[in-house]
Amino acid sequence: MADTGARPGSFERLRRLPLVGRALDWGMGESALSPATREAGARIAGLRATESVCPYCAVGCGQVVYTRGGRLVDIEGNPRSPINQGTLCPKGAASRQLVQQPGRLTKVRYRRPGGTEWEELELERAMDMIADRLIAAREAGWQDEDHYGRRVDRTLGFAHLGGATLDNEENYLIKKLFTAMGAVQIENQARI
Amino acid sequence: MAEAHPVGFRWVMKAKERGARVIHVDPRFSRTSQLADRHVAIRAGTDIAFLGGLIRHVLETESYFREYVLHYTNASAIVGEQFQDAEELGGLFSGWDPETGTYDRSTWAYEGGEVAAAAGVREHSTQAFEGKSGMHAGEFKRDETLQHPRCVFQLLKRHYARYTPEMVERICGISHEDFLAVADALVENSGRERTTAFCYAVGWTQHTAGVQMIRAASILQLLLGNFGRPGSGILALRGHASIQGSTDIPTLYDLLPGYLPMPRSRADDLTLEGYITSNGALRGWWSNFDKYAVSLLKAWFGDAARAENDYGFPRLPKISGNHSHFATTMRALDGGLDGFFVMGQNPAVGSQHAGLQRRALARLRWLVVRDLAEIETASFWRDSPEVRSGELRTEEIATEVFLMPAATHVEKEGCFTNTQRLVQFRDKALDPPGDARSELWFMHHLAKRVIARYAGSRRERDWPIANLRWDYPEHGPTREPDVEAVLKEINGYDVADGRPVSTFNELKADGTTACGCWIYAGIFADGVNQARRRDPGAIDDPAGGWVSPEWAWAWPANRRTLYNRASADPDGRPWSERKRFVWWDEEAGRWGGYDVPDFQPDKRPDYRPPEGARGMDAISGAEPFMMMADGRAWLYAPSGLNDGPLPTHYEPIESPVENLLYPQLSSNPTGIRWQRAENPINPTSDPRFPLVATSFRLTEHHTAGGMSRWLPWLAELQPEMFAEIDPVIAADRGIEDGGWMTIVTERAEIEARAHVTDRIKPLRVDGRPLHQIALPWHWGYGGPLPGDSTNDLGLISGDPNVSIQESKAFSCDVRAGRRSRPTTTRLVGAAPPRPPVPTNADDPSAEEPKEAAE
Ligand code: SF4
Repeated sequence: MADTGARPGSFERLRRLPLVGRALDWGMGESALSPATREAGARIAGLRATESVCPYCAVGCGQVVYTRGGRLVDIEGNPRSPINQGTLCPKGAASRQLVQQPGRLTKVRYRRPGGTEWEELELERAMDMIADRLIAAREAGWQDEDHYGRRVDRTLGFAHLGGATLDNEENYLIKKLFTAMGAVQIENQARI
Repeated sequence: MAEAHPVGFRWVMKAKERGARVIHVDPRFSRTSQLADRHVAIRAGTDIAFLGGLIRHVLETESYFREYVLHYTNASAIVGEQFQDAEELGGLFSGWDPETGTYDRSTWAYEGGEVAAAAGVREHSTQAFEGKSGMHAGEFKRDETLQHPRCVFQLLKRHYARYTPEMVERICGISHEDFLAVADALVENSGRERTTAFCYAVGWTQHTAGVQMIRAASILQLLLGNFGRPGSGILALRGHASIQGSTDIPTLYDLLPGYLPMPRSRADDLTLEGYITSNGALRGWWSNFDKYAVSLLKAWFGDAARAENDYGFPRLPKISGNHSHFATTMRALDGGLDGFFVMGQNPAVGSQHAGLQRRALARLRWLVVRDLAEIETASFWRDSPEVRSGELRTEEIATEVFLMPAATHVEKEGCFTNTQRLVQFRDKALDPPGDARSELWFMHHLAKRVIARYAGSRRERDWPIANLRWDYPEHGPTREPDVEAVLKEINGYDVADGRPVSTFNELKADGTTACGCWIYAGIFADGVNQARRRDPGAIDDPAGGWVSPEWAWAWPANRRTLYNRASADPDGRPWSERKRFVWWDEEAGRWGGYDVPDFQPDKRPDYRPPEGARGMDAISGAEPFMMMADGRAWLYAPSGLNDGPLPTHYEPIESPVENLLYPQLSSNPTGIRWQRAENPINPTSDPRFPLVATSFRLTEHHTAGGMSRWLPWLAELQPEMFAEIDPVIAADRGIEDGGWMTIVTERAEIEARAHVTDRIKPLRVDGRPLHQIALPWHWGYGGPLPGDSTNDLGLISGDPNVSIQESKAFSCDVRAGRRSRPTTTRLVGAAPPRPPVPTNADDPSAEEPKEAAE
């Protein structure tokens, strides 16, 4: 759906030029280039550039994500963003490692009750198991009324925590599904 | 700010280059102080005393912006005779009920003003647009001379009369000289020609009087005319990429999208009409409440939502008390919670009293953690301090754990809302690895499974699931749902033809429009994803670069500065050429300017409401604060807050110092205390805990470390837990720079490397020396870079309005050397395990929303 093709083409084309690409990324003019840099060209030249936003604090710095053949090469500050104008702080500048960190999970890990080790679980199987448990918890925790006889139409059997690091669309689906299931214990980092 | 929001601080530095003066008020000298013109050290948790002193100074020296105050605030409003101030009642306001520990807030109302029922019974207030419940059907009585003894202006004067520079010095440890320097800078930089901005973060919110700290700053800024104008305001610096978004489209227990309150277990909320009447308003913007509520129900329940079934409203779950994160933790601790989803959060390290959080996790039936790495919340069953100490045994922890690999921000598309309400869309750069998926994927495929199981059910309780509108298209081999389809639903659309609405003004209460979050209406105007716009504009054009109206999209209606009608005088002219921003264009018959006007575009400045006017017609053309029923910003809050209409100095719940202004009271009487054996409080002025502790963040780490400690670069930059301590107390306790030290509270003891430094100076408080300890809170027992967690020390407590804990000021002691136990906890055996309570047992807070007050 949203691919780089939909972005203003001029920026893309400029970025593909080695020297200009580099200058754009550093937010500097040609004058800032040393002869050695001129020779070396840009590490990012010829890569696919995708515009993104830093995932850490709420300043919302723009990022440019460079990939080659679907592999991440680097993440840098977006010079077009009026918020950061190409700069990033240490966290934003380290966000390539967030994607490529040594401990990055790629498989579901499962720990059975009383278990002492992780086990691997197939994704679709994990989803089925979670759905079963979710429905059971909803039913077990259901209340039509509280003990004053007031209508509450809810379940206290399960709870949710988290959202401030997620996307708006994701928070929307969390609130929509869990509220429809009758959950009220839905919270995130806003109180923390 | 330089430390935790470094790139945001770049603009403060740019302002400094252009002549702005920068003042940093903080317990410790930090990277921000280094770049400021002045650093003012303050005792943590005494900000209301300091701000109250500044308010008094501005009033006493008559330095306020009189025209702004008179026309744009409620300074002239007359408060009813029944009101009694905290100054008269030893720190309590009128309406106090010692039995329940709450206030009857009807005693705070304006004279002749009827306060809607909602204001009197609401136990938890929403976070934005507070005060909408203070709807007055009657006309407001005013005294434009500001002389009436019961007008807000005079009340304010009396309330802060004792907050003298001497008192500020005794309470906060701020010298006369520092106080006056700040006061002079504020006054000199406010008025027609100049503005002052306040930036704050959780140093102001994480207190049992956190909301009132912000209120105190608001009062000061209103007196100085610093709202709605360029370079003005109170700017919240938020710590997560989309913490603003997750409040707007809330994963919060007391809100529905767009700050509509969750229905509550009371007669009014059993019908849609009752809900609308009790939460909506007769005057001001919230008179549109019905349109937003019905449109939300249409977005969720589609064709099944009809006028004859109240659009499904009666089937929504209802809250009956405090169901916040901490209340849920206590429920889990008692065995009353079966299942728990944790997505992108790490409560085993990041939540207050983290040792208690981990014990609560050990009593769940099942836990689903979605994250990028094996964070402590997922691994508590094998390596938590409680397991290492033998208090809990892995084999006996019955919690079933699913650790689900998540996608990073570049492996999915979607939008974050930043700290200034700017919604920015991210494109997808690459696929997530292996079985890693977005939360959008997870919720979508979970929902499909759940809906399939309830399809065709005729049980009443299943109606919302069986009728949930869930038809998002999928794409690609992993069947990722279409994120723009979700965003379009959030934006809202015409039910008949699916056309996206362009503004919330198109929303209707008759079921012909649907909208997932009214304040985001317009984000998909003209069928275009406005959050994906990326034209920064020309930097030297005031309408371009300073505002960048075509860079992404801001709610509401792409307005970048809220209440910007206040940047013009009552007649609609800029207060000064220098500070022009939004103004009335007589020729065009509209408001114009650099920003989208935050006002009805064609309402003339000289419009005056006719007798009995309703809705927006009741707001005059010279009243910029249209979310409020009276169109004015509130110096005094006649309703909407649980702990008083005016900010008042209370000590933190845990403090080595008595309350010098209200000796009978000490801390906020309405502050939430979860009194149970596992959550013991350090008593006020307890000689065992003579020091003040405060927590802080480092540039190189993020919150509880789940997104930073696992990254080799960041780990190398800040590898180890440490504590900042002043040389005097360090010498006294034999603590050496670089050596180990232990920090102790009633809950826990943790160890850290000592950083003996002048950055945190001893203060003189009430004539005696007072020492503070500053603790970064990024470390935990797991991952490649283990360290003790500051949050193991903390008390679970809560601000009475928003349930945020007091983690920025608590009492402690320190000693040299490492901790004495294999675990951080001091609580072994404090609470014998109890038999589990049933999952559907009633919520204890339904009886006593605020636990016994002090
Ligand atoms: S780069 Fe730094 S300042 Fe910018 S959003 Fe990321 S964490 Fe915040």
